[in-house]
Amino acid sequence: MKNLLKTTAAAVALSVGAQAAQAEGQVVLYHWFEYIPAELLEKFTAETGVDVVMDTFDSNESMLASLKAGGMGTYDLAVPGDYMVKIMAGEGMLDTIADGELANAGNIAAEWADPAFDPGRASSIPYQWGSTSFMVNRDAYSGDINTTDIIFNPPADLAGKINILDSQGEVMLMASLHLDIPQCTQDRDQLKALDALLQSSKANWVSFNSDTAKDVLVSGDAQVGMIWNGFGAKAREEGANVEYAYPSQGLIVWMDNVVLLKDAPNRDNALKFMDFLLEPENMGAVTNFARYKSGVTGVEDHIDEALKTMPEQNPPAGIKTAFVEVCDEETQKVYDQIWTNLKK
Amino acid sequence: MAAGAASGGSARSDTYKEARTWLLMPSWIVLSLLVLAPVVMMLIYSFLTKEFRGGVIWEFSTAAYDQFFCSRGLFGDEPCSIEWTYIQIFWRSIWQAAAATLLSLVIGFPTAYFIATRPEKIRPLWVFLITIPYWVNLLIRTVSMKFVLRDQGPLNDFLMATGLIDDPLRIVNTNFAVQLGLFYSYLPFMVLPIYASVERYNFSMSEAAADLYASKWTTLRRILLPAVKPGVIAGCILVFVPSLGSFLAPDLLGGAKNFMIGSLIEEQFKGNAGNWPFGAAAAMILLSMVLVILMILARQQARAQKGAEA
Repeated sequence: MKNLLKTTAAAVALSVGAQAAQAEGQVVLYHWFEYIPAELLEKFTAETGVDVVMDTFDSNESMLASLKAGGMGTYDLAVPGDYMVKIMAGEGMLDTIADGELANAGNIAAEWADPAFDPGRASSIPYQWGSTSFMVNRDAYSGDINTTDIIFNPPADLAGKINILDSQGEVMLMASLHLDIPQCTQDRDQLKALDALLQSSKANWVSFNSDTAKDVLVSGDAQVGMIWNGFGAKAREEGANVEYAYPSQGLIVWMDNVVLLKDAPNRDNALKFMDFLLEPENMGAVTNFARYKSGVTGVEDHIDEALKTMPEQNPPAGIKTAFVEVCDEETQKVYDQIWTNLKK
Repeated sequence: MAAGAASGGSARSDTYKEARTWLLMPSWIVLSLLVLAPVVMMLIYSFLTKEFRGGVIWEFSTAAYDQFFCSRGLFGDEPCSIEWTYIQIFWRSIWQAAAATLLSLVIGFPTAYFIATRPEKIRPLWVFLITIPYWVNLLIRTVSMKFVLRDQGPLNDFLMATGLIDDPLRIVNTNFAVQLGLFYSYLPFMVLPIYASVERYNFSMSEAAADLYASKWTTLRRILLPAVKPGVIAGCILVFVPSLGSFLAPDLLGGAKNFMIGSLIEEQFKGNAGNWPFGAAAAMILLSMVLVILMILARQQARAQKGAEA
């Protein structure tokens, strides 16, 4: 009984403490899984007195669905990828950041200050950017890996040992690069070829997993795995003998961005958090954790040496790159049909 | 459920008759808010027009059901022919769930019988032991299972060390792994109801059967099984129904290569498709299917009871 009393007292004390910390209110963040170090959130609370509440998602599409199904007005900030920023802006889900509202806006690197998916950075700041390709276990295969044939027409050593990201946009883009056809094509023969390519490749794939994309490479469950470069770097650092491929057909690139949501309940705190992230030291901490690149000037002094030279971050000069595009409704319908055909 | 109907005859006197309305009010409110309302919403959504990238437009449409039953080719402009895609997905799910149910029954029945035949004092301990693993979150249990089963996992290491096999067994990313995962997720739902009915079973009936020269097999088949049948049926329903809609085990253990009903529906809301009416329609079709199965079972049971009473 005495113990119970003590525990209750401690719990009361804790919640009182939490109340006190809430004096400055909170900021509610909707973020990818495993994408921000916990210490950084604590640092923000220590500096500003604002508590950070965070929910996580595992794909751009599931974030959009949750926000549409009643998440608007709950969250202040979200972290969509490039094409999803454009979609959310089109749906009227983003608030506009007025000039001068972000003290650190000048820290945004020039090449990311006016991207096509959010002209003039009206509602977003850069978070991290990187590429999507695949890694190959060098114990299993020693030939040339810089070709999408590894995924769509694999050598015998690798067939049946390939993990694919469970992400329609990236798989479709890689397949389009492989066939050398434009994204969101409306040409029927090209769409049929896309469908046929995925159908014929499926037999060589063992699983569709995004959140375990790193683990299957480390454990050896898959010898080839489609993966984001920073996540892949972690697989290599955890001991897998894997190499990141730079396919000659083209490299998929993406950028995640912190956006200010419409009807944000804590708009001021959200702006504070954005400013906090734009401090080179803080964004450097994100980069050290996530192992991508940042899009903020001045982070160079704050990131690990290893990051500057690691193979996953340094594509060969002159490689062709492509962002995932937003298809129109008619084409998206065919894409969905192809995706269903693939997974039926 | 059958027990209530069986009491029959004179109506039971209801001690709380006057206060009944008030006492039932909380259950009615909770049930209608949390069970009825979502189902009605789902039914309505399944007949609305889909909005591009998720959401609905409030216009009546049967497009979702058309998509389920009608194949119109890659570009959606061919005449309607039977759509096998979704039937195939449903069939796969039913088959997986049935296999998992059978596995649970084969393991669960002897387990329940064993517990029910222990001395009364120790039984709660056994039940407790059965439930302990289920205090851990389902996701974590499923992921751990994957770690155990994988090619370089402890199971294969053990089998290879003992010399039973030379190459690792490929279990992860197969249908069998999915069945194993479902079985493991829902086993207590099989054990507990069967245990409850075996515990109530009067074991002197088995002794009587033995006295009348019935073999052990006959006693099981003709005396014990009919007596505990309600528990077995309840257990089977409790395992089959959640297995049918599950997507955790298929995604993690099966590699998510093929849609199951659960993952197909999830994709409509959380994936690229963003087709809410179709997701709602698929869920409605699943719901109707389960309802029909349950109704057939209930009717059969009622008929069997009538036969027994006559």
